[in-house]
Amino acid sequence: MSTEQDTAAQGRPEDIRAVPVRHPGRWVAAAIVVVVAVAIVHSIASNPRFEWSVVGHYMFDERIVEGLRVTVELTVIAMAIGIVLGIVLAVMRLSPNPLVSGGSWGYIWFFRGTPVLVQLLFWYNIAALYPKIDVGIPFGPAFIHADANSLITPFTAAILGLGLNEGAYMAEIVRAGIISVPEGQADAARSLGMTRLQTMRRIVLPQAMRVIIPPTGNETISMLKTSSLAYTIAVGELLYAATNIYSQNFKTIQLLIVASIWYIVCTSVLYVGQFYLERYYGRGATRELAQTPLQRVWIGLRSMHRSWS
Amino acid sequence: MSTPMVLAEAVHKRFGRNEVLRGIDFVVQPREVSCLLGPSGSGKSTFLRCINHLDKIDAGRLSVDGELVGYRESGGKLHELRESEIARKRAEIGMLFQHFNLFGNMTAVENVSCAPVLVKGASREHARASARELLDRVGLSDRLDHYPSQLSGGQQQRVAIARALAMDPKLILFDEPTSALDPELVDEVLGAMKALANDGMTMIVVTHEIGFAAEVADTVTFMDEGVVVESGAPEQVLREPRHERTRAFLSKVL
Repeated sequence: MSTEQDTAAQGRPEDIRAVPVRHPGRWVAAAIVVVVAVAIVHSIASNPRFEWSVVGHYMFDERIVEGLRVTVELTVIAMAIGIVLGIVLAVMRLSPNPLVSGGSWGYIWFFRGTPVLVQLLFWYNIAALYPKIDVGIPFGPAFIHADANSLITPFTAAILGLGLNEGAYMAEIVRAGIISVPEGQADAARSLGMTRLQTMRRIVLPQAMRVIIPPTGNETISMLKTSSLAYTIAVGELLYAATNIYSQNFKTIQLLIVASIWYIVCTSVLYVGQFYLERYYGRGATRELAQTPLQRVWIGLRSMHRSWS
Repeated sequence: MSTPMVLAEAVHKRFGRNEVLRGIDFVVQPREVSCLLGPSGSGKSTFLRCINHLDKIDAGRLSVDGELVGYRESGGKLHELRESEIARKRAEIGMLFQHFNLFGNMTAVENVSCAPVLVKGASREHARASARELLDRVGLSDRLDHYPSQLSGGQQQRVAIARALAMDPKLILFDEPTSALDPELVDEVLGAMKALANDGMTMIVVTHEIGFAAEVADTVTFMDEGVVVESGAPEQVLREPRHERTRAFLSKVL
């Protein structure tokens, strides 16, 4: 007791200022990293075969920009289908009815079990299997008749292939999210008179989002790149545009670099989106919200200012 | 006498091959506070969950306010109720949980105002206003916009009490409401429960707080291994238990 009072009387003791431990190993590792990085940059900058001027010239080429637009469109639509389908399949999978959950299991089993490239080619050639597509009562009259070749364009084939495949992966992600929410949450919701659907929509899914979002961001980034497979079925996306151009001017490497730069730009944008989504759905789960990059810069500046003054 | 609020006759419940309730007879009158005591695994919590149909009974009869739980009787047959009908009946029965189960994605006010809006169709403004009032009543007017993770256990359980009250229930079930709390937080929750009892709320409380049972309960029921061992006024059951099993249990918890 008396020592505590003494300290209080004398004020807080000074901060510890000890001689830091040296880490020679870290310095060597850091030096190696720097040397390798410089070597790579130097090689890229000094090798005239990269022809950076050609890369710059095609960066905003009309055809490339159009391809980029198609890539983004493909990614957004396929992910939207994948997420909606994933939620439906996940809820089905957790159904007490064995036929419903079995149907979901079968879907996931099939679409995860076959390569997405094969699925794309399949959809592209669906007309060979079903030349005419009818919409109507099963085994009964049809209301809409359509020719498969005109209905399933390369673009719709790509959407179907990528979206339906994504649904299978998203289903597992959503299911993991749902079962991560403690059962007591559903008990409480139902004891208040909420129906199963209200409980799922208002209580369970919003809390599952925290677990669902990081892998979904991963899937979106992956989808952006996987959409390049659509070039095999002649969808005019980014890679297709690049290959089209280099088949004429033979600047293969330069155009692949152009495409790569655009892919990296897009995935970087998605990183930012994911950060803010995670922050939004983290409300209530953590005591403090994650800091935004701006806040981190601000705090860093303030602490630097404090240590100087 | 009026219709009992809860009436159980020979209620049985099993999970797989494990028979948890083996013929429960139990009655609670309106405005009564009834405490359920017993060792863990005796079936108290399961019985409580059966009363609002979170768990389904396998045999016997269980009714709340004169209506069967989960079934409708017509033409000498039992018909299962539809989900919406069950939900409507649950809305009239409040429930508190050992681990509070506040909605983690909502602030205190949102936790309290959520069900009135979703289930009763109250307007958002009205529900939020009465949520603030209820939170004030349990002494949390300075914690309105806190998330559950930012509240102590005692505060969370008091939000849960406000959440139950927001639905204007005719009966509240308490499933070991203080068992997960630090000793010094128990009193604030018991205090809020006493206030409810004084207001005439019908309450069934599964608890290990013998002091609370002695002070507040109208009847105390001791359960063990899925049956009611004895039931009666607190002075009688707690001070002069008739059964050896009750005596043995009380000697351990007192």
